[in-house]
Amino acid sequence: MRAVSPSADAPLLEAAGLGRSFGARRAVSNVSFSLRAGECLALFGPNGAGKTTLLRVLAGLLKPSTGSARLAGISLPGGAPARSRIGLISHHTMLYDALSARENVSFAARLYGIRDPASVDNALARMSMLDRADTMVRALSRGMQQRVSIARAMVHSPRLVLADEPYSGLDESGARALTSLLREVSLAGTTVIIVTHNLHEGLSLATHAAVMKAGSFVRFDEKSLVDETSYAATYRAAVASNG
Amino acid sequence: MAETLRAAWVIARKDLSIEFRTRSAFFSAVVFALLGLVIFYYAWDPTAVAAIDLAPGVLWVIFTFSGILGLNRSFAVESADHAMDGLLASPVSREAIFIGKAIANLIFVAAVQLIAVPALAVFYNLPLGNIALPLLAIGFLAAVGLVFVGTLFSAMAVNTRLAELLLPMLALPFFVPIVMAAAQATSRLLSGRPISEADAWIKLLLAYDLVFVVACTLAYPFTVED
Repeated sequence: MRAVSPSADAPLLEAAGLGRSFGARRAVSNVSFSLRAGECLALFGPNGAGKTTLLRVLAGLLKPSTGSARLAGISLPGGAPARSRIGLISHHTMLYDALSARENVSFAARLYGIRDPASVDNALARMSMLDRADTMVRALSRGMQQRVSIARAMVHSPRLVLADEPYSGLDESGARALTSLLREVSLAGTTVIIVTHNLHEGLSLATHAAVMKAGSFVRFDEKSLVDETSYAATYRAAVASNG
Repeated sequence: MAETLRAAWVIARKDLSIEFRTRSAFFSAVVFALLGLVIFYYAWDPTAVAAIDLAPGVLWVIFTFSGILGLNRSFAVESADHAMDGLLASPVSREAIFIGKAIANLIFVAAVQLIAVPALAVFYNLPLGNIALPLLAIGFLAAVGLVFVGTLFSAMAVNTRLAELLLPMLALPFFVPIVMAAAQATSRLLSGRPISEADAWIKLLLAYDLVFVVACTLAYPFTVED
């Protein structure tokens, strides 16, 4: 696996003054940052801070109301070329419960033009789900469904992974598998944005960290400059002032 | 175009696999169609109305309402665990998603009709042997119009609280030309008239399909883009 020196490359993802409103409500406001290949941003913030909306804008599911974002030079939402580079993990599994784990991942692979069954098995194996590959999703536990959902999002080897509370429902072993997978893809040059409420988990993966409140970044730091204790205090203050 | 159709087929196959596993919408539609036939049969006074006059109306009314049962489910399978986000975040075009859904619905409607039409022939003692092929063609043309319009409205209604009520309310007015043309053309065939007498109605079905297949495919992306 090729280790990537993040500082050597131009930004893979750039957001400039990004904003998104729903009617009069501004869910995301004036968010600017850039990440290079292989960098990982851990995004923290209270419920309703706009983290999920920001990820949905970056995934091309929502159009920005203000500002712009570029992925590998493509303006978002950039149609098929941009979407083929993104892997989206959510606390919703995005799976079909009447299909097996393998059928779900295989369906996703085909949407991305991948026909090789080995890619599907490989994605399932990375989340330790190969032995349950032929089990119907409805018969899997919530945690196992989340593992399949992660395999589904990673099957096409995306260049940008957007992970919205990916640890939800995972047991300790699943969380370890996910952390190891995200670290591995990050080392291979994939940029990762992870939204989590677990500060320690997020910071252990991150090269950058941000706290979001009321739609804006109240902090955005390089991980090397972050003291976990002071960061925890900022995060707790943001959650407390959220009500 | 080839890429769009390839992606559409992947989506259609997935929908059909889910329906094949669960069979919930298919059984509902078949049971509805057969119950409808039975009710119409017992409400029918053969001394007042000839079977040939009644059967076309019964066939296309049942065709329309049983089709709606399948259309209701078309996008509901995508909303269960936000699977629609997975589709929309993938690189397939919005048009491919729509055409895939419509293909799956077309096969669904055709499968229901494969059971309902012979049942109609048995109940009303209709001689379908000589007109099977033209009737098949009319059924296909009617089904294409119905599923493309119905799939679009299903996509629009799925995120509303009253989706199952809203879909028929939106779609039924648009189905009127299909039902009217298909019933008139079927009536001509069942009466033993030459197919040339049904030409105008078949052309209407063709024109409807051409307009609405294109219009609905182009309109669909606006229902999912914010």
